[in-house]
Amino acid sequence: MTAIDPTAHLTTEQIEELGRELDAIRDEVIAGRGEKDAAYIRKVISAQRKLELVSRGVLLFSIFPPAWLLGTAGLSVAKIMDNMEIGHNILHGQWDWMRDPKIHSTTWEWDHVSPSEQWKHSHNELHHTYTNVIGKDNDLGYGIMRVDEDQKWHPFHLGQPLWNFINACFFEYGIAAYDLELGKNLHKRRRKNPEFRARAKAVGRKIRKQVLKDYVIHPLLSGPSFLTTLAATFTANLVRNIWTHSVIMCGHFPEGVQVFERRSIKGETRGQWYLRQMLGSANISGSKAMHFMTGNLSHQIEHHLFPDLPSNRYAEVAVKVRALFEKYELEYVTGPLPKQVFSAWHKVFRLSLPNKKPKVKTPDREQELVAA
Amino acid sequence: MTSAALRSRAWKLLEMVTTPLLPSDYLDLVSPLRAGADLRGRIEAVHPETGDAATVVIRPGRGWRGHTAGQYVRIGVDVDGVRLWRAYSITSPTDRQDGRVTITVKAIPDGKVSTHLVRRAKPGTLIQLDQATGDFVLPQAKPAKVLYLTAGSGITPVMGMLRDTEFDDVVMVHCAPQPQDVIFRNELHDLVADKKLRLTEVHTDTDGMLDIARLDELVPDWAERETWACGPAGLLDAAEEHWTEHGVQERLHTERFRPGIVVAGDGGEVTFSATGKTVDADGATPLLDIGEEAGVLMPSGCRMGICFGCVTPLKAGAVRDLRTGEITEAEPGVLIQTCVSAAAGPCDIER
Repeated sequence: MTAIDPTAHLTTEQIEELGRELDAIRDEVIAGRGEKDAAYIRKVISAQRKLELVSRGVLLFSIFPPAWLLGTAGLSVAKIMDNMEIGHNILHGQWDWMRDPKIHSTTWEWDHVSPSEQWKHSHNELHHTYTNVIGKDNDLGYGIMRVDEDQKWHPFHLGQPLWNFINACFFEYGIAAYDLELGKNLHKRRRKNPEFRARAKAVGRKIRKQVLKDYVIHPLLSGPSFLTTLAATFTANLVRNIWTHSVIMCGHFPEGVQVFERRSIKGETRGQWYLRQMLGSANISGSKAMHFMTGNLSHQIEHHLFPDLPSNRYAEVAVKVRALFEKYELEYVTGPLPKQVFSAWHKVFRLSLPNKKPKVKTPDREQELVAA
Repeated sequence: MTSAALRSRAWKLLEMVTTPLLPSDYLDLVSPLRAGADLRGRIEAVHPETGDAATVVIRPGRGWRGHTAGQYVRIGVDVDGVRLWRAYSITSPTDRQDGRVTITVKAIPDGKVSTHLVRRAKPGTLIQLDQATGDFVLPQAKPAKVLYLTAGSGITPVMGMLRDTEFDDVVMVHCAPQPQDVIFRNELHDLVADKKLRLTEVHTDTDGMLDIARLDELVPDWAERETWACGPAGLLDAAEEHWTEHGVQERLHTERFRPGIVVAGDGGEVTFSATGKTVDADGATPLLDIGEEAGVLMPSGCRMGICFGCVTPLKAGAVRDLRTGEITEAEPGVLIQTCVSAAAGPCDIER
């Protein structure tokens, strides 16, 4: 948490006005949703399926190096599409308005070891409601890292650059463990909880299916290309994991992003909730291809303001949102991917050590936040 | 191993290859109308019938089980990206050689689906289909004398019957505002010329609404005829009363297109059909709170409309989105976010 409150210059009325202006942006997109948007998501889904089929087809001959390269690249992209632009966004209910039961948050299952249902709870509900509130939003360091000065330091954090790297490589497993709240639930007493056991079983089923598909059946179907296909599917999963981890880190970890105290959200109004989302998220700048490959999470700020608007609309929404940032003199944290990734990693390293100087307690600030 | 068991093994293996999707998700990309797929159809042509009605020619998927004359089919059409389901009578004969079926749609003002089908639908478009259904059909044994009493688009199921089965003595009384509004007019007149049909057109713009008592004069032997009536509720109500009065109600068969009209209001009686609870709700309290207060186990999440953890089927009635004021009416497959929706009139939540 920064020593200076970035919202100190705003009055209560201004914050509520800001909320109304954001509501108006949201209403406009909702009123304009239509055929083109529906065609967009259908096209993306169809393209992803074709790309995955073709890539897996090519990998049947992965014993030849060019086929390995081509198939692995294609499969990596297909997995990233499935995870980001398709899975993440459908599971947010962004496409529920189409009333197509096949493209719906209640029926969609993704190529990911965390079952949709569990991820929706920990991500949509906990993370998006309590964005960047210490003690409420476990996405702040996923419970294995310290990403803000206000989080308590523990010698365990010395190793966090390493934990973070391992988490990046096996990110989907990290997410599954996170959704299960494994750290908390592995205590002797909780392990026996039937509800936890049922959820752990569901994760086990998904892992088994994915491992069978990627590491047994597909390599077996490749015959003489068994080993190279195995390496290819492993690589594709690795690439997808590192990519999604990097994009996700850029969403809330770069320097300049604010975190909030538990008390500050008591009795929060809609305007204040919006403001917290604005200050608690960061964007990635770049080309259309970059936005697509991040599942439009490069527009993390817009996504956090309007998590249920179709992802293909975030780019146009961003222009209006950015204008509001300027109008209300707030910092719109954004930058190119390498810069943001570096910034996030830098923070991971920096906060692996205890705070340099004892933090000056500012009792006023808490007052301000409650009043704000 | 039998071939069926072998097939099921192969299918299981295929499912392992496509997980978490199903093999059908991939097959749908290339062959959405194949046997075994969810039932769909492809629009092959749209022929205008009158200024505001058109016949849509549909090639149904392989799973289509055919229909009986007079039945209707529910179709799911994407209008402005939103899948909407409506029921339309089938107007094609049951023995059509090319296996296509037709529905004939009249564009009604503010009718999203009907206007879309008549004015904008393009050949090649995929639509969702249900199997044909409905008991507005002809009996096994041919009646000696038949009367078809229709108005407006109420002629569509009857046209399906006329094209399918010939009777010796058929009379039709059809109401439409003006001659040019009579759907299938040329075909009807051809039948008249061939002496296969006796037709009375009532043009309501000039003749006024049909007074059911006029039947005595238009079709003196109406009471002896097996009658199929289809049209607006007013006409059907009058017919039912008339036939009952004369003690011949068993000869009258009616078909109503819109059984219930949703009236969107402010608050209303909320039924939680799975739990069997009914409570009054105002127009400002989220249905999630209403349900929880009534002791119904409601799924819930963020309670602010962002996590979609509380979506629940709306079986009947209408709800209002508390954020946008938008009204959502019950239709098959419609799910609502109970945390940001309030009752807009009586409604039924599947909980």
